[in-house]
Amino acid sequence: MTEVDTLVTPEMEERKGVWGTETVSFPVSESDIRKWAIAVYWPETPPRLYWDGEYARTTRWGGIVAPEDFNPFAWPVPTGTFEPVGAVPGQQNQRGGNLLNGGQVDTFGARIRPGDVITSRTRLARWEERYGRNGLTLFTYIETEWRNQNGEFVKSRVATVIRY
Amino acid sequence: MGAQLYYEDVEIGQSIPAFVRETDFMNWNRYAAINDEFVYIHMDDEAGRAAGQGGAFGMGNLRWAYVLNALRSWIGDEAEIRELALQFRSINHKNDVLRAGGVVTEKRKENGENIVILDVNVLNQNDEKTAPGRAVILLPSRG
Repeated sequence: MTEVDTLVTPEMEERKGVWGTETVSFPVSESDIRKWAIAVYWPETPPRLYWDGEYARTTRWGGIVAPEDFNPFAWPVPTGTFEPVGAVPGQQNQRGGNLLNGGQVDTFGARIRPGDVITSRTRLARWEERYGRNGLTLFTYIETEWRNQNGEFVKSRVATVIRY
Repeated sequence: MGAQLYYEDVEIGQSIPAFVRETDFMNWNRYAAINDEFVYIHMDDEAGRAAGQGGAFGMGNLRWAYVLNALRSWIGDEAEIRELALQFRSINHKNDVLRAGGVVTEKRKENGENIVILDVNVLNQNDEKTAPGRAVILLPSRG
């Protein structure tokens, strides 16, 4: 593996602090929410708030809402060109080709409901490099904001992506 | 749903019930399927080893969900989760038994909101703190 001085690319310098193009989700369905809840509660039956409309109407939310971690941007089309993320079986990995989720800070606003269409925008906020247990490691901090079709704030996130 | 929690019921230093899961591909593949998160390091031991992690490992975002589930089960359906922050410090290996939970560190009334703050974490079977963080929740009041 060749030694490198930095994992920061010229493209990152260009994109720093600049909001990218907005992305619009497909409408959220009850089925999307139910499947999400089943997966994150597996093997336990998820709470009724996420799949039982009759029960959900009796709560302050007035109907089914999604778990706070629900992602309406999964399964986009067009699907684009597949480029695997991180290590690939049988391939020599390049320095900086390993990727880990370092964590995130979320602030939650309006709940996501069936029928919602969420708009997202993202920017590369900043980065720092350190030597860690995996050698030269790059921490990038990515900001994301979500709003619903009524312009209500849904969520903000500052995610830490680790490359080594 | 769990019982509804009220602001007056909460004490500083109180631990919340843990959300416990033994994790393997049954959990990870379901999460990959809903989040369209088909990444070799979460599916293939060889890729996990190539990444220096010993084998395939779990998604940080699934541990994130487990912390939210622990909070939601404790606070009940009428309460709000306002903020959550986690750092994924350690890997979630196959067959780990994870315990997502938290301890109340602060409570205060502010601008008409009943705010409770917790230190949260996801511990594995070796009591390793894999994902330290902080949560802010808003609770209804009995008053």
